[in-house]
Amino acid sequence: MNSNDAGSKPAKKYLISRGVDGFFTNTYSVYKFIARFFKEAFTPPYESSEIMRQCFEVGYKSLPLISLTGFITGIVFTKQSRPSLATFGASSWLPSLISIAVIRALAPLVTALITAGKVGSNMGAELGSMKVTEQIDAMEVSASNPFKFLVVSRVLSITLMQPILMMYSAFVGMMGSFINIYANEKTSFRAFFENAFTTISFLDIFSSVFKSLLYGFTIGITGCYQGYHAQNGTQGVGKAANSAVVVSMFLIFIEEMIVVQFVNAIR
Amino acid sequence: MPVINYDNSVIHIKDLRKSFGSLVVLNGIDLDVFEGENVVVLGRSGTGKSVLIKIISGLLKPDDGIVNILGSDINELSAKQWNWLRLRIGFSFQSSALYDSMTIRENLEFPLIRNKRNLSRTEINISVEEVLEDVGLLQAINQMPAELSGGQRKRIGIARTLILKPEIMLYDEPTAGLDPITSMEINNLINRVQEKFNTSAIVITHDLTCARSTGNRLAMLLDGKFLIQGSFEEVFAHPDARVESFYNYNFTADEAKYKTHNL
Ligand SMILES: Nc1ncnc2c1ncn2[C@@H]1O[C@H](COP(=O)(O)OP(=O)(O)O)[C@@H](O)[C@H]1O
Ligand SMILES: [Mg+2]
Repeated sequence: MNSNDAGSKPAKKYLISRGVDGFFTNTYSVYKFIARFFKEAFTPPYESSEIMRQCFEVGYKSLPLISLTGFITGIVFTKQSRPSLATFGASSWLPSLISIAVIRALAPLVTALITAGKVGSNMGAELGSMKVTEQIDAMEVSASNPFKFLVVSRVLSITLMQPILMMYSAFVGMMGSFINIYANEKTSFRAFFENAFTTISFLDIFSSVFKSLLYGFTIGITGCYQGYHAQNGTQGVGKAANSAVVVSMFLIFIEEMIVVQFVNAIR
Repeated sequence: MPVINYDNSVIHIKDLRKSFGSLVVLNGIDLDVFEGENVVVLGRSGTGKSVLIKIISGLLKPDDGIVNILGSDINELSAKQWNWLRLRIGFSFQSSALYDSMTIRENLEFPLIRNKRNLSRTEINISVEEVLEDVGLLQAINQMPAELSGGQRKRIGIARTLILKPEIMLYDEPTAGLDPITSMEINNLINRVQEKFNTSAIVITHDLTCARSTGNRLAMLLDGKFLIQGSFEEVFAHPDARVESFYNYNFTADEAKYKTHNL
């Protein structure tokens, strides 16, 4: 490109170079954020009481919604699948189908989307407002290590809580499904769960737990990163909360796709 | 009266420069703050007063120049040394920056617990009550920041820095947004802190009453550097028209400024 070109389209060139610039500076700063998390998470003193408090917050905030969505997912998925299985005369395989869908895919994903919406946005908003009102700076200048207190404790607690919430959601979903199947096919509790678990392997459970750890970590890092780097007053707080949800949901779907590829390759 | 030791410069700044992109904010700052001295930095909004003290407390990095605080060159400090230095510097934010999810007691405990992990519960309680008494707000100990007035929040913000027994205090517009009487209370508190804790301080303000009652020396920030440093009279005797208008808009009974007239 000669100088004449650059002169005729300065605005566009500027926009593109800024976009590319922004991408690399952002990627680098996210990388630094994650690196700092690992460095501080494993050096004492540990924030055990703050971590406990945050774990409680995560559970408390998302439990009602997860119960409801898990239960409804179980019922609806059962109702929707019944006719298709019936056409093949395979209604008795309904519990197995549901357990595969719920344990392999639905529970990790639905739970992650709920916590991204409830907990991730809350992290973005909470840290964002602390940032723009200089509370994080105030911790920094009193040598109180805000990163450790605010970020490490939140990321750790949601990473630990996510698999627990996922298992709970899977259980509630299976219960929803059982209630529907019991009402229609009169399958006993025991028969239902025996059938449900014949097709579930250790790999399924392991990969769902692994996915949940990954999603929890993603939601925590994204929410905290957005909040910690919020700018421009109250407007920035809203933006931080919003990007916390949008970015983490986007990343969760990409991660889901990658993990499924991997697990299917192993299976 | 405070005892000022003019042989010991606790903050020594030489040719400090700081820009944000193409915006040049500080353009060759020279400043010495001596042990026990309160230096007032005057300047209009957006001239870089906050940037200056954020550099001194390590919230922003200088582009160029020497900044030596309590004998350490800040460009050579490791993260650990920075933390150690920060314990000796108190920062009172313009917005007070109280932790609004915590009670006043928890606000005050926070820096103490996180920096001195071996203190007993009783020792912490004693320290908290002591600084609250120093700022005259012991009764607010169990309240939330949102329940306090602007002046009270300012005092709690100062108390939260005093609990670490700092040697240097940085006050960012301590009287901004406060009524004249509350402002005077804050000015008195700043002076009391100087005497009782023997702190050296930078007080940023554009309130000339605050400047006159708290500053042992004044410095006028214009175009990224100090135009003049000296006593209140010396600074406002400067011939620059902008210094004069700074004074006029604070004090003079300029007829044009009044909406109500004696008929
Ligand atoms: N972190 C920052 N990034 C970009 N610009 C900044 C930053 N901090 C301050 N500025 C700019 O520097 C100038 C001086 O700001 P400041 O020191 O806050 O002014 P004041 O003298 O009112 O305290 C302003 O124009 C402000 O927009
Ligand atoms: Mg300012």
